[in-house]
Formats: sequence, C-alpha cells, structure tokens
Amino acid sequence: MIFNVASLQSAAGAFSWTTVAVFLQRAIVQGIPLLYGSTGEILTEKSGNLNLGIPGIMYIGGISGVIGSFLYENSLPSRDAINPVLAILIPLLCSVAGSLLAGLLYCFLTVSLRANQNVTGLALTTFGVGFGNFFGASLMKLTGSDVPSVALSATSAFFKKALPFADKLGNFGTVFLSYGFMTYLAILIAIVAAVVLKRTRIGLHLRSVGENPATADAAGINVNRYKYAFTCIGSVIAGFGGLYYVMDYACGVWSNEGFGDRGWLAIALVIFCIWRSNWGILGSILFGGLYIVYLFVPGSLSTQELYKMLPYVVTLIVLIITSARKKRENLPPASLGLSYFREDR
Amino acid sequence: MADNNAVLTENSGEKKVREPLFHITKKASVPWQQAWAVRIGSVVVALIVCALITMFLTHIDPIKVYATMLNGAFGTSRRIWSLLQGVAMLLCVSLAVTPAFKMRFWNIGAEGQVLIGGLATAACMILLGDKLPNALLILVMLVSALAAGAVWGLLPAVFKAKWNTNETLFTLMMNYVATQLVAYFVTVWEVPKGSGKIGIINQATRAGWVPVISFGGKNYDYLLNIIVVFALTFVLYAYLKYSKHGYEIAVVGESENTARYIGINVKKVILRTMILSGGICGLAGFLLVGSTNHTVTTTIAGGRGFTAIMVSWLAKFNPIFMILTSALLVILEKGAGEIATIYGLNKSFSDILTGVILFFIIGSEFFINYSVHFRKAHKEGK
Repeated sequence: MIFNVASLQSAAGAFSWTTVAVFLQRAIVQGIPLLYGSTGEILTEKSGNLNLGIPGIMYIGGISGVIGSFLYENSLPSRDAINPVLAILIPLLCSVAGSLLAGLLYCFLTVSLRANQNVTGLALTTFGVGFGNFFGASLMKLTGSDVPSVALSATSAFFKKALPFADKLGNFGTVFLSYGFMTYLAILIAIVAAVVLKRTRIGLHLRSVGENPATADAAGINVNRYKYAFTCIGSVIAGFGGLYYVMDYACGVWSNEGFGDRGWLAIALVIFCIWRSNWGILGSILFGGLYIVYLFVPGSLSTQELYKMLPYVVTLIVLIITSARKKRENLPPASLGLSYFREDR
Repeated sequence: MADNNAVLTENSGEKKVREPLFHITKKASVPWQQAWAVRIGSVVVALIVCALITMFLTHIDPIKVYATMLNGAFGTSRRIWSLLQGVAMLLCVSLAVTPAFKMRFWNIGAEGQVLIGGLATAACMILLGDKLPNALLILVMLVSALAAGAVWGLLPAVFKAKWNTNETLFTLMMNYVATQLVAYFVTVWEVPKGSGKIGIINQATRAGWVPVISFGGKNYDYLLNIIVVFALTFVLYAYLKYSKHGYEIAVVGESENTARYIGINVKKVILRTMILSGGICGLAGFLLVGSTNHTVTTTIAGGRGFTAIMVSWLAKFNPIFMILTSALLVILEKGAGEIATIYGLNKSFSDILTGVILFFIIGSEFFINYSVHFRKAHKEGK
C-alpha cells in the first residue's frame, strides 16, 4: 500500500480522530497477514507440530496464487474480459494447492518419517522463501511473457473491493468497512478456529494429541490423522496470509523480499496470544500497529528502528511471564516439537 | 497412515484382527557404513532430482547442469577461495550451535548471536579505532564480540534453567531484537549521513582490521578465517568427545533425569553450554566484521544461523562430519548461483535446490533408524 509518510507524520503532531481511524485501519491491514499465519500455526501447534516452515509456506501460498492469476490474466485477450468469479477463485485455489502440498510434505517428513520438526521446518522455510522469490522474479522469463514485472492489478481490484458505503460513513467506514473480503475471512477463520478448539470434540481431541499423544492414542484417537489434518489445514490458512499480502496489501505487485519477516512475526503472535486464535485478532491489530507506529510518532530515523523491535520484545516478555506463572492453559502444548512413535517408551 | 489402529471387525460371530498393511519398528543399531550408504544414496537421488528440476526450467541437459555447477564452485582460484571462506563461516556457526543441540537445547538464535557479535566488533572499531594501538584494539574487539554473543546465548538459557521457558521460541525472537539493534546502530553510525549504511569502517587507517596472512608477496584474504575455524573444529570435537564437559552435555541431552540422578548440575550445564554456543557465534561475527567485510549490516549473518542448524543436524552433531555437510551446502549454493547467473534466473534458485536436497536427507534418516515390515501374505483359516 502506497501512502504518504510525510502527510501522516505532519498529522501526527495534532491529535484528531481521523488520524486514529487511519492508524487503526493501517494497523489492521498490517495485522491480517500475521493473523492468517498465526491462526494456521496455532492449529498446527495444537496438534504438537512446531511448524517453523510457516514463513516459507506463506511465501508458497502467495506465489502459487500469483502464478495462477498471472497465467489466467495473460490468457485473456484483454484486461476487460476478466471474469470476477474466476479472478478470485483461481488464485485462491492455487494458493490452497500450493500450501497444502507444502503442509503435506512437512507432515510426511515429521509424522510419517518422524524427522526432526525444527530441521524440517527450517528446510521448508528455506525452500519456500526461495520458491517464492525465484518464481516471483523469473515468472516472466519462464513463460516467455513480455511484461516487465508481475503486476496483477486487475485481479487485485477484486480482492481489494471494499464494502459499500465505506467512504460515506466517515471514521466508522474507514475502520470497519474499508477492507477486501480476505480481511473479514481472516477474522472469521480465527473465530471459528477458537470455537472449534475450545468447544468441540474435535478440538478436545486435537488438544489432547498436542499435549500427550500416547494418552490420546490409548483413548482411541488416531494421532497421525489429527496431526496430518490440522497441520495441513494450518498450512492452507497460513498460505492465505501470503495471498492476502500480494493481492490486497501489495495491490497485486510481487516484489522479492517484500513480505519480509512477517512469517516469523506470525509465529511470535502465536506466543503473544498464548495459543488462542480469537485473542490473535486483537494481537494482530496490536502487532500491526507496533509495526507501523514509527510512521505516526515523530522521531528520527534511528528511533524508528527501535520501534520495530517492539513486537519481538513484547513477545519475549509474554513468553517469560507465561512460563514463570505456569498456568497450564497458557503454556505451549506439552509435546510441541516432539515426534510421536507409538513403540517409543 | 503407518500405525493405524488395527481394525477390529465382527465376522460371523468371532472377532478377527486385521493386520495393518505395514508396521514400523525401531532398529537397535545400524553399522555406520550402512548409515552412510543411505545418506550418500539420498544425496545422489536428490542431486538427480535437482538436475531434473534445472532441466525443466532451463532446458539444458543434465550433464551440463553439473558441469556448470562445478564450474561455479571451483572454476577459478578466486572462486575456490570464496568457496572455502563460505564453508569456513558456515562451519563456524554450525560448530557454535552443536554443543547446544547435543544437549537438546534448540538454539535457533545463532543468526542473532552472530549479528550481535558483529555489532560489538564494529562498535569497537568505530568508537576506539583511533584511541588504541591496533593489536590491543583487535583483542578488545574479539573479547567484546565473544561477550556479546555469549550474553545473547545466555539470556534464553537463564530463563530455560529457571522457568523452563521454551528456548526455540525465545532464541527465535532474540534474532529479530538483534537485527533491529543492528539496524538502529547502522542509522546512528551511517557514513555518509543519510546513506543508510555504515560503509567500510576505518578504510584509511585500517584500524581494527584483522591482519591478512601473506606469503610470497601474495595476500590470502580469507586464509586466517579458514585456519581459525579449522582449528576450532578439532578443538570442539575433542571438547565434546573427550572432556568431562562434553560428557555432561551428552548425558543432559539423553535424559535430564539421569543427569540429575548421577549428580550433574543440569542448570549449570545449560548455562555454561549456551555461553559457549553464543560465544562461538560471537567469534563468527568477529571474523565476518573484523576480517572479511569490515562493515556491519543487518544481513551480515546471511541466514547462516538457520542453515547451520541443518548442517549440524545432518552431520549428527559431529564437528568433523560438519566439514563435509557445510561444504556440500556451500558448493550447492555457489553452483546454483552460477546456473542462475548464466540463464538469467533469480539467485533464489539455489534455495530451491538446497531445500530439495535437505528434504531428501531429512527423509533418509527414517530408513536408518527404523525398519518397515510389510504384512505377510494372508493365510486362509490361520
């Protein structure tokens, strides 16, 4: 999103509700990729898998959608011939396919082959980030297309379409109605995930798999099936974060390294909201706000770099406090990061 | 799925147990020849897959893919030196994380520990550059880099020892705190103002530049790094294998309860080992800033902190084998970089190939540690 930093900073001097509304809106826009990533990672971690491949999967989810949409837009005779339904469905389905394959690969290695989760996750991140950057920069050359860079403005327009009346309702419209559909989808998914985890039998089983797979196994729960299912669902959700970033936030323009360290920030958010995806909604807005607060606070360039440290410092403090208080419902799943082998004793 | 519950089926009044298609058992021990045959086999298969991917994307024949890659890695003496330097630095960070991993302390914060060591080195060079004689300055740089890295490693260890705080997540967060600290000081010390980078430090006076080894009138820029890391490899090997500390690390890694039972002070071992781990990362930062780059940026660690985890794990935490695994990854990176340059592809191509190779090696461990038994042919009326 291109916005005028200077005007925001001059506005920061005088307090006004419009500035607050704009700040909130920017914070939410920044927070949504993190919310997708953290909701996905929460479901994954609740099954006992510490998937450090999430940053890579978010890249894969983003670039898969871009590839699908790029091929679709370039197959059209003209930009006006674009079909709104296909323009949204193709990138969504491609993104699902890409992230699902990445999640399956992670599950196959860690669940079926019982490989070390940290190593597998980091390898997946190396692969995924490389995959994203490689195809983002080489897509034109590989398809022999003559456009200079990947810019899917036509598709992006559908993703960014805000709710009606957004610009007529003043600050209320800015804060609540001015987003594309994927923003509302992120919040919906986070709420559904929280309800499923807390209130349903499936959620209870999932949590028991993450806490103590041997007990869950003895109780007749199919441990591997739960691990596979929720790690893959988590991957798909996280992949949407990448797709949202390219299609909505970045207006359909892929830029290498543009996504930055948001994947790791999403993992930080998991800890910050202590494995509760409904708290993650507020947490993501807070993290998004911390990510951009330097634009609104007057100060030199150097102090801005310190502001960017805040999300991580806050996460560290939460991590320390939760581990010191040892309230069981706030701790990481007990078997997080461990492979389960039934015959191990 | 592998170990599904055996499905109970009611069949004409009597219960019949259907055996799953296959089941998996852990192997007791595997001769090392067999284990390495599997690993080397997996690398060979992975290299074939990599060649196929490259062929698919660039339409060059596979023999030429390998030739280009080897040329990229070893083509000129300059490339060989650059390769050796790359191996040395990756190996140094891998050595750093190894003692922690042997203890089952997942230090994925090497990136941050290297950065903070580099930052401390650069700070000494900038602030003390014209105040101290060169030899003393380099000593101060080294000590502060080691100390900075050690502190960065010690912090998560303190909380791990006290409250069992999850060290994977803690060290991960510390990476970004370090990155932002470096970004902050880069803007504080930037030269010229507004450029957003520090540039070469003390370019005129060369104060704090670690001396370059030269003989026969030729300078060998990277030789000192390579020698230091090579020596460190053997020291660490001996430390882990023959010292009492190394033994304690191994016991804590196998079972904390056993360690406590035989009177090892587990907390002390955790703290001591993480000081060592962070300190060696600090050394890597010192070498990168003081000897190789003479500047500091947020990307100076270059992802080595993460790659090192895989190097160390692939070598089964054995420092000598790490020479091989780090060389494999660096050769691959340089080779794939060459292919990307020649065919106008993005340099991230090497990350894709690295990922593929890692997946294969990671997967191959299963066939070393476990064996699969298929269901025997079903007999009628057993």
